[in-house]
Amino acid sequence: MHYFLTILISGLLAGLMYAMVAIGFVLIYKASGVFNFAQGSLVLFAALAFVTLSEHGAPFWLAFALAAALMVLAAVLIERLVLRPLADRSPLTLFMATLGLSFVIEGLAQLLMGTDVHQLDLGIDDVPTSLLGLDLSQFDLFASGVAVAMVALLSVIFDRTRMGISLRGVADDPLAAQSIGIRLPVIWRIVWSVSGIVALVAGLLWGARQGVQFSLTMVVLKAMPVLIIGGFSSIAGAIAGGLLVGASESIADIYLGPLLAGGAVSNWFAYMLAVGFLLVRPSGLFGDRTIERV
Amino acid sequence: MSSTTLPRLAASRRLRLAPQRALVWLGATALLLLPAFGDEYWINSILIPTITMGLAGIGLNLLMGYAGLVSLGSAAFMSVGAFASYNLLLRAPWLPLPLTLIAAGLIAAVAGVFFGLPSLRIKGFYLAASTLGAQFFFEWLFTSYRWFSNNSLTLTISAPRLQFLGIDLRPAPGRYLLVVATTALLWLLASNLARSRIGRDWMAIRDMDKAAAVIGIPVASRKLLAYAISSFVTGIAGALFAFAYLGTADAHSFDLDKSFEVLFIVLIGGSATLFGNFLGAAFIVLTPIVLTRIVEWLDLATVFDNGVLVNVERMLFGIIIIVLLIREPDGLASLLQRIRARWQVWPLRA
Repeated sequence: MHYFLTILISGLLAGLMYAMVAIGFVLIYKASGVFNFAQGSLVLFAALAFVTLSEHGAPFWLAFALAAALMVLAAVLIERLVLRPLADRSPLTLFMATLGLSFVIEGLAQLLMGTDVHQLDLGIDDVPTSLLGLDLSQFDLFASGVAVAMVALLSVIFDRTRMGISLRGVADDPLAAQSIGIRLPVIWRIVWSVSGIVALVAGLLWGARQGVQFSLTMVVLKAMPVLIIGGFSSIAGAIAGGLLVGASESIADIYLGPLLAGGAVSNWFAYMLAVGFLLVRPSGLFGDRTIERV
Repeated sequence: MSSTTLPRLAASRRLRLAPQRALVWLGATALLLLPAFGDEYWINSILIPTITMGLAGIGLNLLMGYAGLVSLGSAAFMSVGAFASYNLLLRAPWLPLPLTLIAAGLIAAVAGVFFGLPSLRIKGFYLAASTLGAQFFFEWLFTSYRWFSNNSLTLTISAPRLQFLGIDLRPAPGRYLLVVATTALLWLLASNLARSRIGRDWMAIRDMDKAAAVIGIPVASRKLLAYAISSFVTGIAGALFAFAYLGTADAHSFDLDKSFEVLFIVLIGGSATLFGNFLGAAFIVLTPIVLTRIVEWLDLATVFDNGVLVNVERMLFGIIIIVLLIREPDGLASLLQRIRARWQVWPLRA
């Protein structure tokens, strides 16, 4: 039982890391209806920029600010060069465009900053610590704290500020939002910037865990089932989906893996879980009811 | 009177079609005779991959372009076809090669129907999840269970034999002819399907499924049929890709990137066209080669190292895809059609 609880909780904490990436998706999907496959490459780009700046002697806050500024610049460029010419095109075309975009960003990131694996030390050790009798990684606890803080910050921005309310207006009904004078391109730029900064935070956490390297782009694939379970358009859903995926994955790896031929069951288990969810609750746990059922 | 005008009309129509039909026959003969004259590099590195990936594109296009169902797991069904045909070649050596390919296609079709089941409940982009699940599931299956690769330590499969009517098809011309013949037959099947009742039903479901149901189209079974036929074609394409192009393959030859490649082929070639798939495939196959050649030609390799060039190529590929999506919404097939329309009235303008 104790062992089970440990696995469960470490899975939940890992799930929060998935959720961090998924939140970036949700923001963009809500505001522009784009399923942004390039989110993973943004994570890589942001983390690489941060690490490169740090290695050149920039203190933490400066490197973070500069990397965040880079993400804002990227958002403006993406809106102008990719999203605007593709306005009103099918979701699949937009998805493919972000796939192309991910090639560009990954190529650019590695061209400018190299392909080496960078170590990133945030000053928190990845050592087990004892909490309520369970052995939990200190780093996992820190990461989940950051995730929770970020979600709190985002929900304050969305609920309390004028900009946040415009964002929600666009997410709700783009045409109505435009007709009362909300400018879509501006909103898109803001949303892509914010999710770029979310990508930076996620990149730092993931990068500290497994090194800043190309495989960071792969977390995007883990975010997909999280999104399906949580719903594409809900931040709370992304968190809940992340927790569920993280927990069930680590339990499946321990208990289901040995029953089958072994190997990492977690690669596909989350997807099967997501498909099961689609069959029972097509809009996810918290998603809008807009998804079409047959 | 009508009895006298009808044959004449028919005759004039035949006359009007004649040059095009002649072109088609010329092209077909040229394709068939090519291995006798073409050099090995062209056949091995350009023609065979273009044609097999074009065939995979046809498979996905039937599903996505005609029936309107998204799939991000084409490579998974390719791998099912490849591993199925490998095991059939190995464990049922008495089966002639065409039957082996058909059986492998049928096995892939079963897999396709299984992962297509969620389409009965949901539609749109969410369907991508189910097919992505297939992608990861089969990669895991074929690397975790050694039985599929005949307990080989490297988990790789390579064709034990490729033989038809006693002729060894393993040299380049043989593989080429196998690929061309199989693709031509499946292309014919696909184009007839697309113009048949089934194809019209698919398009009706794609355009408005409620209306399709109202006029009496069995939506659920047509959707599953689309998954079955699409996976059948994709599976055979996978078998050809593994044995006629790669020679030796493993589960990772059919990874997510390959799925995306097939998706690119469909979108770049043009949705709901069959010929366009080969344009898209040629684009996918040729772009990296051309980029490498340009680099060689400009002698850039002396200035930049290999890592830089790989990343520059990656970026250029991404940029080309975005530009194509922006400039050619209906794909290369429609671009070709516009060029043809312009040339038909040359030097005047339509």
